[in-house]
Amino acid sequence: MGGDMAAETEDPAGFRAELREWLEANCPESLRDANGPEDSICWGGKRWVFESEDQKLWLERCVTRGLTVPTWPKEYGGAGYSREQEKVFHQEMARINARWPLQSFGIWMLGPALLHFGTPEQKAHFLPPISRGEIRWCQGYSEPGAGSDLASVQTRCEDKGDHWLVNGQKIWTSYADQADWIFALVRTDREAKKHLGITFLLLDMTSPGVTTRPIKLISGASPFCETFFDNVEVPKEHAPGISSVVGTVNRGWDVAKYLLTHERTMISATGSGARSLGAVLSEEMGGITDASLRAAAVKAEVDALAIGLTLERYKDMAESGQGVGDASAMLKYVGTELNKDRHELMMATGGSEALEWDGPHGTRPADWLRTKANSIEGGTSEVMLGIVSRRVLGLPG
Amino acid sequence: MAKLVLNEEERMLADSARAFLDDAAPVKHLRELRDAGRTHDPALWKAMAEMGWAGILVPESAGGADMGHAAAGLLAGEMGKTLVASPFLSSAVIAATALRQVSDRRAADALAGIASGEVTYALAIDEGPKFAPEATRMEARREGNGFRLTGRKTFVVDGGFADRLLVLARTGEGLTLFDIPADRAGVSREGRAMIDSRDAARIDFDAVEATGEDVLGQVDDAMRVLRPALEAGQAALAAELSGLAAGAFGMTVGYLKERKQFGVLIGQFQALQHRAADLWCQTEVTASAILHAGRKLDEDPENATLAVSLAKARATETAKAAVIEGVQMHGGIGMTDAFDMGFYMKRARVGAEWLGDYGWHAEQVARLRGF
Ligand SMILES: Cc1cc2nc3c(=O)[nH]c(=O)nc-3n(C[C@H](O)[C@H](O)[C@H](O)COP(=O)(O)OP(=O)(O)OC[C@H]3O[C@@H](n4cnc5c(N)ncnc54)[C@H](O)[C@@H]3O)c2cc1C
Repeated sequence: MGGDMAAETEDPAGFRAELREWLEANCPESLRDANGPEDSICWGGKRWVFESEDQKLWLERCVTRGLTVPTWPKEYGGAGYSREQEKVFHQEMARINARWPLQSFGIWMLGPALLHFGTPEQKAHFLPPISRGEIRWCQGYSEPGAGSDLASVQTRCEDKGDHWLVNGQKIWTSYADQADWIFALVRTDREAKKHLGITFLLLDMTSPGVTTRPIKLISGASPFCETFFDNVEVPKEHAPGISSVVGTVNRGWDVAKYLLTHERTMISATGSGARSLGAVLSEEMGGITDASLRAAAVKAEVDALAIGLTLERYKDMAESGQGVGDASAMLKYVGTELNKDRHELMMATGGSEALEWDGPHGTRPADWLRTKANSIEGGTSEVMLGIVSRRVLGLPG
Repeated sequence: MAKLVLNEEERMLADSARAFLDDAAPVKHLRELRDAGRTHDPALWKAMAEMGWAGILVPESAGGADMGHAAAGLLAGEMGKTLVASPFLSSAVIAATALRQVSDRRAADALAGIASGEVTYALAIDEGPKFAPEATRMEARREGNGFRLTGRKTFVVDGGFADRLLVLARTGEGLTLFDIPADRAGVSREGRAMIDSRDAARIDFDAVEATGEDVLGQVDDAMRVLRPALEAGQAALAAELSGLAAGAFGMTVGYLKERKQFGVLIGQFQALQHRAADLWCQTEVTASAILHAGRKLDEDPENATLAVSLAKARATETAKAAVIEGVQMHGGIGMTDAFDMGFYMKRARVGAEWLGDYGWHAEQVARLRGF
């Protein structure tokens, strides 16, 4: 939305002009379809099959300029952009409607956690392959008995001298069957209080004893899995000096929570970058004539703009040193509930045409069903409200 | 655009405003005015003017502080928290912005009068129950070199005591904005007893004489002057409502931590926790729209309409939710006149209507977003 509401900033150093020229020259025509289906964006990883030469080329070109992770330091594959420069980058991408070159849990979740908690060796080892889309990561947090109550994870992790021995089960592991590596919460101390016996572990999905079983979603897709660990041996060091544990053993909860604030902020943005709902709906209906539908769509538009500004404001606050912290629960709650509303409206305007899986509206019904997970994944709306009421408002537990 | 965080100067302004208002104008102050049958406290306005608030949008050359709309919004927000009654919006924001669109000696003098706190203004536009400036019917008939104004204006906020009036009237081809003294012959005003205990008047104009000198801006072209003034007022009113919501919400959260039922603090009930948390989220989202509207008016005023209407639409809804939940979560005490929440509820309702309600502003958003 930044592109719509924000005026273009001044460009004294010619930053915007140079970037614009580069994007114009390097973004292939066929990749100028940012409003296309979500799964058209490259996820990277060893198993990724590029849909076209252009998709591959676009990724490679962006990698050379650090544009897959523009705010990361250059040494780890980023462009070292400031917040202001990142904004300009987003505006210029939107200007030519360019598709994102790469998306991944490595970029959204593990990367920020490693930048904060990782050793210099871990950063140098794990971050560049993420930025280049070479290694795809999945998130092993949830278990059958540990959903909202995440700190009660039971996957057992025993110290065997030179390696860790992992046994247990994860569930709802998105893209576990496509991922190369997993970052997992495992229990290293069964005696300690539940938050104090958890470790944040990095392991290779090709390790003997790791198996995955896909689970089908109501949208017809099957992006998540059950993940089983059966006597999996994880070396203490993946390479000399590269620990498989992020942060301290038994203090993985701190890493887990920090990562969740990034995950939540990311999920919160799902709906707000989109085009004006009114423009989309009016285009296809030639003006919305149904009064109650129109009123609901207008309200959703008002909320979308205000929520988009709130994301901007919190990023500005983070840049000026005021941590987002628990307020990421607020961002996630309002952003995901809005996204669900938007997709309800798209279904309603589509009418019976939007009821066909591959009908005139393409993936619309599948997208609508998928949004229902937004207020569950990464912590449910109820859990978000709980965080706000206890940690922000200080209401009694 | 400047960041959506307060800079050092802005933070200091808000802090000092809070400190002053907690002392000089807590909600108790409004209650005392009401109980004494008054709608306005000239001494309070004088003190505000001395701190530079009356001139917050007045150029330094006319004795103002010229701090801009984001800063004016901060002041309005702090006033909203404790329901401060003052002509800040009418004079310091709306009239000052209108006068700034005109660069002549008379406008400069008028701005100096506003900044010093000596002259107060009220905006007379509404004629029916809803905000609809374009539908103005009051007539300013040409007569010789001048005009005769005849008709009735309603809901003239601060119109009961203002020294001068900005009056919108129809002149042949279009609309014209007049700036006239409130005691001119033929003007009769009647203060109305408003639910929020603040000032508003019904004003009748009976062939009131106006000259070309009294026209602000150009004849038949009121909107060039009025649109920026309205947008400034709408943004500041939105800020006030956002502050009002925060004030009411603070009382409610306080009560959740203090009131016991069933042997526990009522704030332990998850049903109330989640509603309070949702309200806080709404308040935060609205606060972003408010600050953004102020920044936009300061930096790109020609294109601020969307930002302003977004702010007013959101603030109206958020304030409404905050006072409804505020009364509900206080139980019986929330319904008593002796408790302050009712004052918040009544001001929120007046603020919702003034300068365009939710529907009016949502419609602007819809129009500008391609509906
Ligand atoms: C599409 C999708 C992708 C996912 N991807 C991943 C992934 O990649 N990795 C991963 O680790 N996990 C993933 N998850 C799992 C997700 O994080 C969990 O589903 C989520 O945390 C909720 O846990 P649960 O499913 O066990 O529900 P439960 O915790 O059993 O919740 C059931 C209901 O009870 C409510 N509830 C629970 N506790 C409270 C409380 N204290 N107060 C009020 N209400 C409460 C919940 O809000 C919910 O409505 C994914 C989930 C989905 C849907």
